[in-house]
Amino acid sequence: MDLRLMVDSLPQLLLGMLATLELVALSGALGVVLAVPVALARVSPRAWVRAAPLGYIFFLRGTPLLVQIFLVYYGLGQFETVRESVLWPVLREAYWCAIIAFTLNTSAYTAEILRGAIQAVPPGEVEAARALGMSHALTLRRVVLPRAVRMALPAYGNEVILMVKGSALASTITLLDLTGMARTIIAKTYKPLEIFLAAGLLYLLITLVITRLIRRAETHLSTTANPRPKGRP
Amino acid sequence: MHKLSTFFAAVVAAGLLVAGGPAKAADPLRIGTEGAYPPFNLVDANGELQGFDVDIAKALCAAMEVECTFVKQDWDGIIPALLAGKYDAIVASMSITEERRQAVDFTERYYTNKLRFIARKDMQLDISAAGLAGLDVGAQRATISGSFLEEHYPDANVRLYDTQENAYLDLAAGRLDAVLGDALVNYEWLNSEAGADFAFKGAPVFEGDLIAIALRKGNPDLVERFNAAIRQIRADGTYQEINARYFPFDIY
Repeated sequence: MDLRLMVDSLPQLLLGMLATLELVALSGALGVVLAVPVALARVSPRAWVRAAPLGYIFFLRGTPLLVQIFLVYYGLGQFETVRESVLWPVLREAYWCAIIAFTLNTSAYTAEILRGAIQAVPPGEVEAARALGMSHALTLRRVVLPRAVRMALPAYGNEVILMVKGSALASTITLLDLTGMARTIIAKTYKPLEIFLAAGLLYLLITLVITRLIRRAETHLSTTANPRPKGRP
Repeated sequence: MHKLSTFFAAVVAAGLLVAGGPAKAADPLRIGTEGAYPPFNLVDANGELQGFDVDIAKALCAAMEVECTFVKQDWDGIIPALLAGKYDAIVASMSITEERRQAVDFTERYYTNKLRFIARKDMQLDISAAGLAGLDVGAQRATISGSFLEEHYPDANVRLYDTQENAYLDLAAGRLDAVLGDALVNYEWLNSEAGADFAFKGAPVFEGDLIAIALRKGNPDLVERFNAAIRQIRADGTYQEINARYFPFDIY
């Protein structure tokens, strides 16, 4: 074991870790934005609205992330029309291709998590809101979504962790994320054990922090939403 | 508890045997190759390894009178897997470099290569360090082309790919302005349909790139047997016959 090498590679690996965090944060945020309308469509009372996102979710959950990345990166680049379109400056960049693939992928999973949570909101609470005269939109905003988000949080924490690990696939399209950086260092040192071990520890650190953050968010949401009555045991 | 530790000891011992077992004369040799580097090594439609490297390796094994099996291994793990004992020799168009010499032993060369840029035919490309500054230039990761770019073209935007094929795909798609690679591999791609709009740019930037077989360190007998086999197939015409299947000129 070459501990010296592990320490020497740390600055580069930290740069890679930063890239990984950026990829996950940006595609995670965009994924949530996309997931909300998809989830709402999935619980619509109208059958045709419910059916609309089915293909989207089916495709994105049913194919490997690697295949999706390759389809966006190498696949779209094959078409002359894509290369001449206004989208090419974006699709030309490996970074944006990764963001697009990760965003679509996570949005499908997040939408399903959110759908499950929305359907788990007790119907009595919705009826009570409607009985108070709240409109459909207001019920959604004030009652259904806040309740659903709280219930979805533990499952969403899992999704974020899976995304962190899935982001390693960005290294296959030339990005220097944590895995890409590790592989580039190994290409020069031929010491995969040390470098992958160091990279693995950094991934552990990321998931540890994310787990903590999600847990904190869970307690925060549950205490603010159900404040304990004061003065009683 | 005791049984468990015996079990682990047995597993460790078995692992050591597999990893440490040196190839003796009668043992079949396991040859590692990438299978993604046409025309030198590739996987054909039937899933079989083909190419110049594979043909040479088979000829060398015949000359050494040993049985050979082939193992396909991604390029950036090809030396670590050799060191881990997954196979006994790398025959995968590997250049002899000082860095690699720290990790493995090399035989004599079995062919010679050059590094040369390719780019779109209609592109005026100045291949000096200043000329490539700010341009997107690609190469395969963990190759001498990759390290050559990083060393000599600090101002170029160097992008490293898992396979040479992926670098060509991005060159064709216009994500790269130029690719630096082995001249013979580039030659093959330029002659393919995908490479029709592309051409060599400038003179080779690096010549006398010696391609050899890599072996784990500390096995001089095996190095010598490979060297003798290389000389033998050069002398008896087997080499020239294989060469002619791939290139109309001598690549030794």
